[in-house]
Parts: sequence; structure tokens; C-alpha cells
Amino acid sequence: MCVALPGKVVKVDGRKATVDFSGNTLVAEAGLVKVKPGDDVLVHAGCILQVLTKKEGNEMREILKELEAL
Amino acid sequence: MKITMAHGSGGKATSELISEIFAKNFNDPVLDRMEDSAVVPGCAKIAVTTDSFVVTPLFFPGGDIGHLAVCGTVNDLAVSGAYPRYLSVGMIIEAGFEMETLVRIVKSIAMTAKEAGVSIVTGDTKVVEGGSADGIFINTAGVGVFTAERPPLPQKIAPGDKIIISGYMASHGMAIMAARENMGFNPPLESDVAPIAALVDRVLQGGGKVNAMRDPTRGGVAATLCEWVTRNTDIAIYDSMLPVRPDVSAACEILGMDPLYIANEGIMLMSVSAPDAEQALISLHSVACGKNAAIIGEVKKGGGDVYAVTDYGTKRKIMMPQGEILPRIC
Amino acid sequence: MTDIRAYLKNYGGPPLRLMEVCGTHTAQISRCGIAGMLSPAIRLISGPGCPVCVTVTAYIDRLVELSLEPGTTVLTFGDLLRVRGSRRSLNDARAAGGRVRMVYSPMDSLRIASAAKSGRFVFAAVGFETTAPVYAMLLEEAEQADIRNLRLLTSLKTMPPVIDWICKNQGGIDGFLAPGHVSVITGSRAFEPLSRKYGIPFVVSGFSGEQILASLYALVRRRGKAGVLNLYPSAVTAEGNREAQRAVAHYFAPCDAAWRGMGKIAGSGLALRAPFARFDAGSLGLDDDRSFNPRCRCAKVLTGAVSPPECPLFGGACTPRTPQGACMVSQEGSCYNYFVGGRGSR
Repeated sequence: MCVALPGKVVKVDGRKATVDFSGNTLVAEAGLVKVKPGDDVLVHAGCILQVLTKKEGNEMREILKELEAL
Repeated sequence: MKITMAHGSGGKATSELISEIFAKNFNDPVLDRMEDSAVVPGCAKIAVTTDSFVVTPLFFPGGDIGHLAVCGTVNDLAVSGAYPRYLSVGMIIEAGFEMETLVRIVKSIAMTAKEAGVSIVTGDTKVVEGGSADGIFINTAGVGVFTAERPPLPQKIAPGDKIIISGYMASHGMAIMAARENMGFNPPLESDVAPIAALVDRVLQGGGKVNAMRDPTRGGVAATLCEWVTRNTDIAIYDSMLPVRPDVSAACEILGMDPLYIANEGIMLMSVSAPDAEQALISLHSVACGKNAAIIGEVKKGGGDVYAVTDYGTKRKIMMPQGEILPRIC
Repeated sequence: MTDIRAYLKNYGGPPLRLMEVCGTHTAQISRCGIAGMLSPAIRLISGPGCPVCVTVTAYIDRLVELSLEPGTTVLTFGDLLRVRGSRRSLNDARAAGGRVRMVYSPMDSLRIASAAKSGRFVFAAVGFETTAPVYAMLLEEAEQADIRNLRLLTSLKTMPPVIDWICKNQGGIDGFLAPGHVSVITGSRAFEPLSRKYGIPFVVSGFSGEQILASLYALVRRRGKAGVLNLYPSAVTAEGNREAQRAVAHYFAPCDAAWRGMGKIAGSGLALRAPFARFDAGSLGLDDDRSFNPRCRCAKVLTGAVSPPECPLFGGACTPRTPQGACMVSQEGSCYNYFVGGRGSR
């Protein structure tokens, strides 16, 4: 139930967006986050919860380096 | 024009329905004799099977109830090792059903039967009051024959066997689910429903010891593996080797379902003696609908466990599916 | 990554108990066999992270009743179908002629309700902060389209109060894996007050095996220190999704809520605000929790007081095929995941 999946926005149509999941597109609610085509998004129960950024690698590496110094 | 109670009452309307719709489309000389029983050539041992089809929706991407009604039964015959030969078609139709829809379904049955190389030699039609049958229910019974070169398969797995799947998993169940729930996938998820007799032929012609074969319908691959395992064997399959169409895989993720438990209607599972596994795979790959065939696991000596080895190297128990994951899928 | 694995495997410091409070983390930990990768001095405990599992039996009983009322159809996520109330599950109700329909998204219920020519629809609105915004969207559209035949029976809960409860009433937790998707909505900052109050670290974790291991590593390294670390920055920010928070606050207000295994926890739930009472199917007062099987230990498993194999029914009378309690029914439940994958079977 907690399941939220990453997908890519293909098209935005008012408060709905077409999201692509590995070649399959679905229409999801886009009222909670501003999205544009090309955005990677997190979708939960038919609703876009967040736009995903690429921050993962950098932050993780920084934090771990900081931890090493402990 | 609609089906009425009169069509099922055995009188003029019934015989017109039979001759104009069924007999005309099924086009079979034995059927045309309209005898109480079809008397046909057989052999010493025959394979007999039956299946009833209550799928909803009636028409779905990749097929329809008619298509399914033939494939479901023909495939059950094929995986026993038999040559599918004869089919009966029994229908229970709801009064008020559109004649046009019935014709579509009947044509689908005829076309699939032709593709599968089986003759429809007998049938039955009943009509029930509106509300009793959700449109249409179809039952097909099938008869297949064996020969000296094609005896029945032992249907017993043995330690050391390789488990082989002939194609992508979970397509049918997810296609039905997506259609029924109006998931709005684009392009729509397609069912894999197809006759597999030709696949079976190719594998068995290739020689080699096929110990068991099954078409994993309701309950998916998981159910078949759980039915195959015995008290002194374990079956191990590998997540990394399971072939699933990317769009089906995405749909499973979105709906939180495991492809192993989802119904299939156009693939088969085989347990093949290890030395013959490669050859079986080559045979499958030589047929269009077998091009995604893969070795997915093996049978070991054990204690009755079925498990999947995850991408992380851990074991995930596979259990006999409980209850209706997806009702009315076939 | 190999350094992290080696560190966790060889850790020889003071024994630590770390808890995850997210059903998806529970499932992933099991799947990746994380527990088996850790030193015996690090114990992983499953907390109340599964919204279905923490729902009290009175709520299910009410859904069952509603489904059997002529003209009423219950719409629900699939996970809820097999969970039993004090007697029956929605599946049982269906077999007895009740009207129950599974949907993938709460938004589907709008389509179903507006297309229906008659009858009433009740959506089984369970979930944590991740799902509450979806219900807010549902209500927004229902208002706009003037939909009158759809109501919600809510069992919405929030994480910080239950984490507080566990720390206060049970204690002994040295660090929390903060729920990943809840944090997308609430922001990582939402866990700072708790972290300071109890002086323990929180790490917001992603869902891959590597991310979870890194987060556990961070928790171990920061033992005894307050503070929230966000190791899922691609989806989680410090302040979370403001628009979602606003939408939820518009339709819902905090209320006391009953949790399986913990009783009523003040301010731990969300209830429809008075102006939207017409969308409420009678959610107040569904507090009773009476297990179908009196020997079921779900209540203790949910708080981490007892591990699944310590329940007398585990693996015997209670299996995924014959579940006795919610923890075995739900695919995010502790008992289900323990049964299917162990916490570290290799």
C-alpha cells in the first residue's frame, strides 16, 4: 500500500499528467506538484507525490564522507 | 437482435441458432451430422479435459472469451503430450445477449480451433433468464490422442531437472486486470492467450526427457510449481531469470502484484531432464511464440519447498496462492 | 558499499536495536536479507509501518456492515480484502452477498460513483501521510463535480505520534529508519522534535538494499546523537511537499486514533473537518480492537515487543494461506515478510 513508483512525465493536461512506467503510460493526478514533460516523478495510488531530483549520489557520498570523519 | 429464452428451448429458434451461427461457422462434417454423440476415431489411450470460461470482460486486448475457450482446453491437452483433436462447445447464454456479440465470439472460436488444428464436433446451448449468467458462460471439453511415438508424459518432476518456461509470464492476468479496472494503460496490456500445441510438438520432436509439462493458468507459475513439488524435492527458481514483458512488469509493480502468481494463457512450464534442457530451449527458440523461452530454475532433492532466489541472493518462499488474487480471469 | 557492509557485519560496539516504521522498508529488508548481513549486536525490529496492519477490528467490522447494507458498495484497496475484523473480512462479506469492489486508486471511486445510476459508495480510506493527500485530491474533485453518493470511512494515521508512543511506552530503540514515502510528504524535519526529545538518530532511507544498508550504517555511527539525516534526497526534502500538506490540512484535522496493539494515541489520526462532514461515512468512534483469534500476537508484533516467530501461532495455525491476524495478511506485514523471506535467510 505504501507502494510508490518512479515514472517519467510524458504529457501534462491541466491537473492530470500522463506518466510512463517502462513503456506503459498511465494518467495520474498532478494536483499536488508542478510537473512538466520529462520530469521524473514518484506516483502513489494514482497521484504524483513528488518530482524526483538527481540528488542521490552527491548527498549520500558527502554524508558518508562526513561519517568517516567521525 | 438479441438472444431470447426461445433460443434455448429446443424448438425452431434453437435449431436456427445452431445451423445459422454455430454449424455455419464451425464448419465441421461430424458436427453437421447433429447426432446426440459425435462418433470419431480415437486410440487406446486418450486425453480428456474440460474447462469452463467465465471471464469478464468478454473482449480484452489480445483476445476474447471464444479464443480463450479453445486455447484453455487445447493447451491442457497439449501439455499432457497428446495431439489435440476434438472439442465440444457448450454455451450458457443470458437472454438479452446481443446476437452480434455471439457471432463475434463464435467466429473467434472457429478461427482459433482452425489455428489449433482441432475439430468442433459437438455442442450444446442453453439460455437462462437475464441476470443469471453475466452475458455468456462457455464450457469446452477436449479429446486428444496419443501415438506410439507420443505417449503420455510421466508428469513427475525429478531431482536435477531444469525448469523451463516457454515465454513471458503474467501477461494474461494483468491484461484482464487492467481491462477490468479501466487502468487506462497506453498501449493497453495484451493477453498472451494462444494455442501452444505447436510449441509442444517442437519440443517433444526434439527428443529428450520431458518429465512434466503444464500450462500455468490460474494461480500462475507459482501454483504449478507448488503442485509439482513433492515431499522429497525442492524447486528453486531465480528472479533474475524470469521473463516478464516490461509493460507487464511495470503494471505488476504499480498494482503491487507478483508476476509469479498471475495467470497465463499462452505459455507452458516444463520440467526437463538436465542433459536435455539446452536442446529443449533450442527447440522452443525455433518457434516464434517460444522466442522468450528460458531456463528459470531447477529441481533439487529436498523437503517440499518452493522458493525464488532474489537478486540479492536471499530466498523468497513461493506458496500455493490463496483465494482470489484476480477473480474471473479465465 | 563493501566498506559499509563490512562495518555492519563486524560491528562489535554496544548492542543496538534499530526500528523501521515503514511497510515498504519491512518488505525490502526481508527481500534483501538485510538482517542476515548485520552483526548480532545490531538488531532490526519491525515497527507499525503497515497502515492495514494497525487498523482496529471495529473499522473492518463497520466496513463489513456497510457492504451488506442494500444499496451500499464498499470500495477499497486490495490489501484490505482479506483482513478480518472481529469475525469477518470484506472477502467474507462478499461471499455473503456484500458489495465490495477493489480499486487501484481512490480516484477510481470518483469515476465509479459518478457513473452509477443508484446506490451509495463508501471508500475504505486507510493510510498514513503518504496517502492522505490522495484523499484530499479525491475530496477536491468530489466537491467540484458535486458528487453526492460517495463517502469516506477514514482510518488515517500519522507517524510521529506513534513513534513517540513506542519511545515512551516501550523504549529501548536506539535509532529509527524514518519512513521513506511518508517523509516525501511530511519532510524530514517532521522527525526532528522526536529525535531531540529522545536523543536518538533518525535517518530517512530510500528503498534499495544499498540505501537501507547506508542508512543503517548512518544510524549506527550516530548512536546516541539526536538529529535527522536525509539519505533519500532525490524524493525527500526538509520541508516536504507543502502543497500536499496544505491540501490535507484543508480537509482533515488531527484527532485521536486507535491503533492495534497500542490503543488510543492522542492526535495520531486525521478526521474530516466539520465543513466536509457530508463526506464522512461515520468514521468516529471505531476504536474497538478484538482479535479474531485470541492467541494472535499482532498487537505485540506491531510495536516490536515480540518478533513474529515468538507468536505461538506463527508458521503453524498462522501462515499467509491461513492468516490469523493482519500482520500475516498484508504484504507489508512483519509476519508475512518474516514467513516468506525471514529477516535474513540466505
